[in-house]
Amino acid sequence: MPLLEARGLTKIFGTLRACDHIDLKIGRGEIHALLGENGAGKSTLVKMLFGALEPTEGSILWKGEQVAVSSPREARRIGIGMVFQHFCLFDALTASENILVSLDDPAPAGAVTARARDISKAYGLPVDPNAHVGDLSVGERQRIEIIRCLLQNPELIILDEPTSVLTPQEADRLFEALEKLKEEGRSILYISHRLEEVKRICDRATVLRQGKVVSECDPRKETASSLARMMVGNEVQPVVRDKPAVQSEALLEVRDLDRKAGHPFAVALSGINLSVRAGEILGVAGVAGNGQGELFEAVSGEALQERADQVRIRGKDAGRRDISERRLMGAAFVPEERLGHAAAPAMTLSQNLLLSRYRTDARAFLNRLGMIRNSLIAHAAQRVSSAMDVRKGVEDPEASALSGGNLQKFVIGRELDRQPLVMVVNQPTWGVDAGAAARIRQALIDLAKSGSAVLVISQDLDELFEICDAIAVMHGGRLSAPIPIGDATYEKIGLLMGGAEPGHAAVSQAEAV
Amino acid sequence: MRIELVKRPQQSVLFSVLSPFIALALTLIAGALLFLLLGKDPVNTLYVFFIEPLRETWSLHELAVKAAPLILIAIGLSVCFLSNNWNIGAEGQFIIGAMAGSILPVMFPDFQSWIVLPLMLLMGIAGGAAYAAVPAVLKVRFNTNEILTSLMLVYVAQLFLDWMVRGPWRNPEGFNFPETRSFHEYAILPEIWSASGRAHWGFIFGLVAALALWFMMTKTLRGFEIKVLGQSPRAGRFAGFSQGRIVFFAFLLSGALAGLAGLSEVSGAIGQLRPVISPGYGFTAIIVAFLGRLNPLGVVAAGLVLALTYLGGEAAQISVGLSDKVVRVFQGMILFFVLAGDTFIHYRIRFVSAPAAAAGEASRANV
Repeated sequence: MPLLEARGLTKIFGTLRACDHIDLKIGRGEIHALLGENGAGKSTLVKMLFGALEPTEGSILWKGEQVAVSSPREARRIGIGMVFQHFCLFDALTASENILVSLDDPAPAGAVTARARDISKAYGLPVDPNAHVGDLSVGERQRIEIIRCLLQNPELIILDEPTSVLTPQEADRLFEALEKLKEEGRSILYISHRLEEVKRICDRATVLRQGKVVSECDPRKETASSLARMMVGNEVQPVVRDKPAVQSEALLEVRDLDRKAGHPFAVALSGINLSVRAGEILGVAGVAGNGQGELFEAVSGEALQERADQVRIRGKDAGRRDISERRLMGAAFVPEERLGHAAAPAMTLSQNLLLSRYRTDARAFLNRLGMIRNSLIAHAAQRVSSAMDVRKGVEDPEASALSGGNLQKFVIGRELDRQPLVMVVNQPTWGVDAGAAARIRQALIDLAKSGSAVLVISQDLDELFEICDAIAVMHGGRLSAPIPIGDATYEKIGLLMGGAEPGHAAVSQAEAV
Repeated sequence: MRIELVKRPQQSVLFSVLSPFIALALTLIAGALLFLLLGKDPVNTLYVFFIEPLRETWSLHELAVKAAPLILIAIGLSVCFLSNNWNIGAEGQFIIGAMAGSILPVMFPDFQSWIVLPLMLLMGIAGGAAYAAVPAVLKVRFNTNEILTSLMLVYVAQLFLDWMVRGPWRNPEGFNFPETRSFHEYAILPEIWSASGRAHWGFIFGLVAALALWFMMTKTLRGFEIKVLGQSPRAGRFAGFSQGRIVFFAFLLSGALAGLAGLSEVSGAIGQLRPVISPGYGFTAIIVAFLGRLNPLGVVAAGLVLALTYLGGEAAQISVGLSDKVVRVFQGMILFFVLAGDTFIHYRIRFVSAPAAAAGEASRANV
């Protein structure tokens, strides 16, 4: 008898069948992968299993008995735990305080801390219980979430894209903990888009496409490309890259950039230098929270520099110019957070197109009296949507109505549509499915090929190795010298991400190993 | 048993249009109950309150007199609220605007020329805007909470007016009554149609302002900027819009309109300064702005409705013998029901009963 079984689970939003008669069986002591593109229905399915959404139709069987999972609290009560992709932790509290405030039923602090410490030791998830969460790395924050989940002694643990924020070394550590949980007879539902990972640790896989189960298979017997084919429905276009152009002019330069931390949880930047030439893609790797967001703000002009020459765009000083003026100089920016930063959630796509282009395209989008020309903007938004294959239910939906991948394609397409000479992207494919990610990466490569300079900040090493000409690593607000892609290895980059000094002994040791 | 509010995945468009009307209907029902408890005939009282003031031309003029300041202030406030700035001090800006514009007729009564009224209007606008600039500066420069600062400045303005009309500005020929000299003819805002009633040009100013700001909010980049920064400040910064600049814009605009309203009131309806020149227009306008769904055109309709509660309250005092506090109660109920309606558009109620949770516990014990 499977631990959890879903029979004909269906969820309908308006006219959209987000999940359409999904059958799913998770056995005891099994790591079960849930694969699918963004918008395939993974999150909807998981939310129904975890009690955050009510199914329109179908039933859930827990140990052979039909159950109504009416709330996450109820789910935890019967033995289902979940670790979300975006953590819900208070930066200003310590690790153990965070665990305490999350408990459904109040318990004495000492006992809880002791149990948390036992769990942390037993599964190899080291966390300092007295450290403030704001000071911890993303990997450590994730461990707090996992410990918090394990405190409820769940029999099924749902993990949503757990490795997307980890260094390769941290991911390995997580996998060891998962193996231990599995040996104890607990089951894990593992949501990921990293096919190699799924092949490595998962026993079974259920593949969703457009709300339906298209396949149930043993991922170890499949290849990455056959899994991708099941998800997308056709072969994922491999990203094509040419040799980088030889010696051309630098279009984006950052010189000796220092920046004080603006608030207690920000990272100070110190002595950052980089330069991106025409036709080149430079990658910035690093674990989240090492100053990437601050670097993006500084380069984009959301935060101004002290000296004008600290940021140069197309050979001109831009350090004292704001984001609109930098756009007028030919630069384009895509921040990490799609909703609320790159796009205003409650505004339509065409309004969001105007958001970043009202200055650069003022002549097209505004008339002489400063009135907004809605039809022209809607037309341009449509052009962006079809160029990037943005899938949407209605002509001009609100940004928050799109799935993450589709919105990401739109906010990247919005900038590419301008043919910018300098493009700066933070986490271009964070939480985006394989099909959309491939499209976005190819678009960035094509942009570089046409003679633009592209700076990609990403935590996804596979991505950086796939598209970049050189990779530099951020750690603690400093940036290493760029390593040409020919010399870069996962070990080298991984060590730099963990804090080894550039050109330091640790790196050369890794080469020797 | 516990009651929880659960966020709705999407909001009903139909109900966001209907909710002000539902709120009004609920106010009427609650009002009828209130009258019943006070021992009055509810039907007759509601008739006196809401229907009688609409039956004669002169009282329609009175409606316009009361609606003019409400509409002018609420239009400014609705733009201000949309930009996520909470100016609660329109009452103070109204008073300071009225005082600034009154400088000419009160201190220079011999300066009589057609230019006096336009100058007064400009000074009223400038006075209200300057007074609203105080919380704006404090917010941008020192990150203070504008709700508190703007509200506290109301009391400063009220006491300042009180002191001025009892002291330096008291009418020398006024037998020591606490009021200024009456405005001369060049300082009076004319009536729209003096043959039939008292309604003055302040009402026209309100309509013009409503149209102008409706145009700004829906058609221009400035309106777009206000909405983006109001909804999503970080996206606004990414767009290159300046948060600080829009704080000033929103406060100066709403302050200027409140100042114009104040000047229109003293120069159009009262004709002099007194210790109290407003029955709380600046606060009632907050209700008007929300009842009008923060839409300048909706505000015109909502302003007329709230003006009716003032008129009806006066009528009910005279003919039914109710306390004047009943007006405040009615206004409070309207705001309460409008906000409750908005809450139910965004959330639904869920009753979490203890027995069900216990059943969940039991089912787990079984397995």
